[in-house]
Amino acid sequence: MDRNVETHEYDVVVIGAGGAGLRAAIEARLQGKRVAIISKSLFGKAHTVMAEGGCAASMGNVNPNDNWMVHYRDTMRGGKFLNNWRMAELHAKEAPDRVWELETYGALFDRTKDGKISQRNFGGHTYPRLAHVGDRTGLELIRTLQQKIVSLQQDDHKVTGDYQSHLRVYHECTITELLKTDGRIAGCFGYFRNDGRFVRFDAPAIVLATGGVGKSYQVTSNSWEYTGDGHALALRAGATLINMEFLQFHPTGMVWPPSVKGILVTESVRGDGGVLRNSEGKRFMFDYIPDVFKEQYATTEEEGDRWYTDPDNNRRPPELLPRDEVARAINSEVKAGRGSPHGGVFLDIASRLKPEEILKRLPSMHHQFKELADVDITKEPMEVGPTCHYVMGGIEVDPDTGMSSVPGLFAAGECSGGMHGSNRLGGNSLSDLLVFGRRTGLYAAQFSEGARPAVAREDVDAAVERALLPFTTAAEQGENPFVVQLELQKCMHELVGIIRKEDEMEMALKKLEDIATRTRTVVVEGHREFNPGWHLALDLRNMLLVSLCVAKAALERQESRGGHTRDDFPVMDSDWRHILLVCSALGEDNVELTRKEQIPMRPELFDLFELDELKKYYTGEELGGHRA
Amino acid sequence: MSHWHHFRVWRGDQGGGKLEDYPVEVNEGEVVLDIIHRLQQTEANDLACRWNCKAGKCGSCSVEINGKPRLACMTRMSTFADDEVVTVTPLRTFPVIRDLVTDVEFNYVKAREVPAFAPPEGVAPGEYRMQQVDVERSQEFRKCIECYLCQNTCHAVRDHEENKEAFSGPRYLMRIAELDMHPLDAADRKDMAQDDHGLGYCNITKCCTEVCPEHIKITDNALIPMKERVVDRKYDPIVWLGNKLFRR
Ligand SMILES: Cc1cc2nc3c(=O)[nH]c(=O)nc-3n(C[C@H](O)[C@H](O)[C@H](O)COP(=O)(O)OP(=O)(O)OC[C@H]3O[C@@H](n4cnc5c(N)ncnc54)[C@H](O)[C@@H]3O)c2cc1C
Repeated sequence: MDRNVETHEYDVVVIGAGGAGLRAAIEARLQGKRVAIISKSLFGKAHTVMAEGGCAASMGNVNPNDNWMVHYRDTMRGGKFLNNWRMAELHAKEAPDRVWELETYGALFDRTKDGKISQRNFGGHTYPRLAHVGDRTGLELIRTLQQKIVSLQQDDHKVTGDYQSHLRVYHECTITELLKTDGRIAGCFGYFRNDGRFVRFDAPAIVLATGGVGKSYQVTSNSWEYTGDGHALALRAGATLINMEFLQFHPTGMVWPPSVKGILVTESVRGDGGVLRNSEGKRFMFDYIPDVFKEQYATTEEEGDRWYTDPDNNRRPPELLPRDEVARAINSEVKAGRGSPHGGVFLDIASRLKPEEILKRLPSMHHQFKELADVDITKEPMEVGPTCHYVMGGIEVDPDTGMSSVPGLFAAGECSGGMHGSNRLGGNSLSDLLVFGRRTGLYAAQFSEGARPAVAREDVDAAVERALLPFTTAAEQGENPFVVQLELQKCMHELVGIIRKEDEMEMALKKLEDIATRTRTVVVEGHREFNPGWHLALDLRNMLLVSLCVAKAALERQESRGGHTRDDFPVMDSDWRHILLVCSALGEDNVELTRKEQIPMRPELFDLFELDELKKYYTGEELGGHRA
Repeated sequence: MSHWHHFRVWRGDQGGGKLEDYPVEVNEGEVVLDIIHRLQQTEANDLACRWNCKAGKCGSCSVEINGKPRLACMTRMSTFADDEVVTVTPLRTFPVIRDLVTDVEFNYVKAREVPAFAPPEGVAPGEYRMQQVDVERSQEFRKCIECYLCQNTCHAVRDHEENKEAFSGPRYLMRIAELDMHPLDAADRKDMAQDDHGLGYCNITKCCTEVCPEHIKITDNALIPMKERVVDRKYDPIVWLGNKLFRR
């Protein structure tokens, strides 16, 4: 087989062309650097395109009481105070500028009456805060950034005569290895999906912006790209992951027909008035308001309904509790036998808004249900249930610069960890991508001005051999990668899913051990030209490593918090709040877990909260040391 | 409830290929892409097909199904009769790479040639003010998921390789219209639509509109208005004169 490796050299290489990657690349180019963007899918098709509801930023266009401090508080509450507070602070402060900047790139958000960017309500956000375009906000975001990249290329073209002289997109290219020399980043290695040819990019600074891990689960809203590549690449390069036990199961995924199970039903349906009912027709969420949120949510249907038109004098309906609460409630209703015919609950917008309104506010939901399930949401309720949606855990980074513990390796977006703590609020991802995409682009550009370690020949050879392994194990009777993938998904779904138990997770770890052996020996048919079997064979080892992190961390954390629910430890425990579980790799398919103390919040940020609220999350000892 | 269906998939590469027959199991609610995936998982691990979101949002899985350009993820199997053969072939207008995957680079080249949004001078970020009615026109075009079905079906290029140089196709003519109708875009785009991107090649047969999975009225709302604007510019002496004067 052809072992040639094409070589390119750049100042900054960005792996990932979603919101985070594109924003990072834009910034690095604006800093005058030569930049490459690499993505597994075509340019413009990254996962970000699927985001629906909106992008959170406290611009205060709809409710002038909003500001960064309110946004900060909501984010910390949503994450149950386990968030990296510095990231949450930067995020809340910088999000408005990042959204406004998009308008200068040509974005067209929906407008308020006075011509400003309109903002909508979402779970956990005190005020209407999500900038949006109907229910296709992610498409607007990615197209805008894509077009900004083109615009920068046009500027370069005017000077150099070449659109791609300083900023180039290498799409349908998968990175399988990061290359280090003397402990620093030196480059990365991968293959082009089209023809299977190998490629290496030499660069002193690399930004990982590869998104999430949901494809390790059977029921997910995520696309095939979400195999946790960035997480695994970072681990294998010696970086660490944090918070991997926290996975967000979005409460409303489609449940029927089976082939679309998991596809997302946007939270905007609830933000715009949709309500959840069980088979008895009851709005059951009123029974599930947890103590920590008692003061902020309506206790009667009447009050909840009044809130949509008079939010200043009423509390919000419990359908808009943070996602973890709603997902668990749906799970309980179904378990108690009050589910819908296909194992979900009913989400009803038809009886709450006029058909014209529904068509205007939720066009793609209408389209999705009509085309895929034969359901007209202006007439009938939808059937929905939890779906694996977002990973809070990710690469441990410095909050200000986004650099991991490996010099030259940066991470932004869903593949980075810390910002959302144990649970992310809807809309806080798109803003996260912009804020930390820009920051990592900036600091990666600065970092690239330092030394340029040379890539070691042996490392490239080893990467080539590993990539070809699935072709060479054929003689040893390995398995079909699709079969191994299905088993991995089943294992994670059934044993490390939304509700977790010690014995089940121990069983999962045993199974993963077996799957690890099988992953190493999967075989593929055919050639290297656009071969999905080969692609999956290589992605599979990333899925495995990430699944091990999730299972190990979930077993270790003996409490329930945000996106981690233990049947055997059902309550939140303040003694666990300040503990981070850190994963590092032991070889190709094992991980080690260590504990680390969260750095205490800066006093002036601490003072943004009422003591009574903090008491629900902090230990007496922690509070005693601060304010009496 | 599942049943068996007769599937035919084009397999091959630049060097040539042929339709292969596959009997496949089909379950309730499934779409064509589910069937392709089932083939990959069972008898054809190396069957090449692009896809991504599987929810009609990214526009990756464009193919031709029984000769019609469609998204494989949004084409339900229940729309075919049980005994109807379902034939899946790659997009015809673009060079094939392998099986159902084509080389769509043409579109990225054309995208780069449309001058980007020109921000209005003297308006700071955060100060942009636009009315909903005024943004809605361009918003319709920004619903485009770049599946390239319109580019594939437009007969100005579908059977005329030679026109690809001069003609950017409905997607990018619509992009020019979108920018032209953007309330704050500062550039003038009429001449470039005609002169640089081949608006004149379009003879408004509406094939593009028919295949658009987002139901964007490409011809009526983008191409025809753009043609009208160009015509005004070219033949109206007053507009012509005004432009000459203002450009100085
Ligand atoms: C259906 C849905 C709706 C959502 N709605 C919202 C919402 O309304 N608001 C909100 O804030 N959030 C929302 N989210 C979450 C949000 O969309 C994602 O968290 C976010 O888009 C992730 O962006 P990213 O830039 O980190 O990665 P992505 O956009 O996923 O991009 C990842 C990129 O990395 C590339 N990549 C991955 N691995 C490799 C590799 N090995 N080599 C090369 N390239 C690689 C991929 O090709 C891709 O280009 C939603 C998510 C889903 C699934």
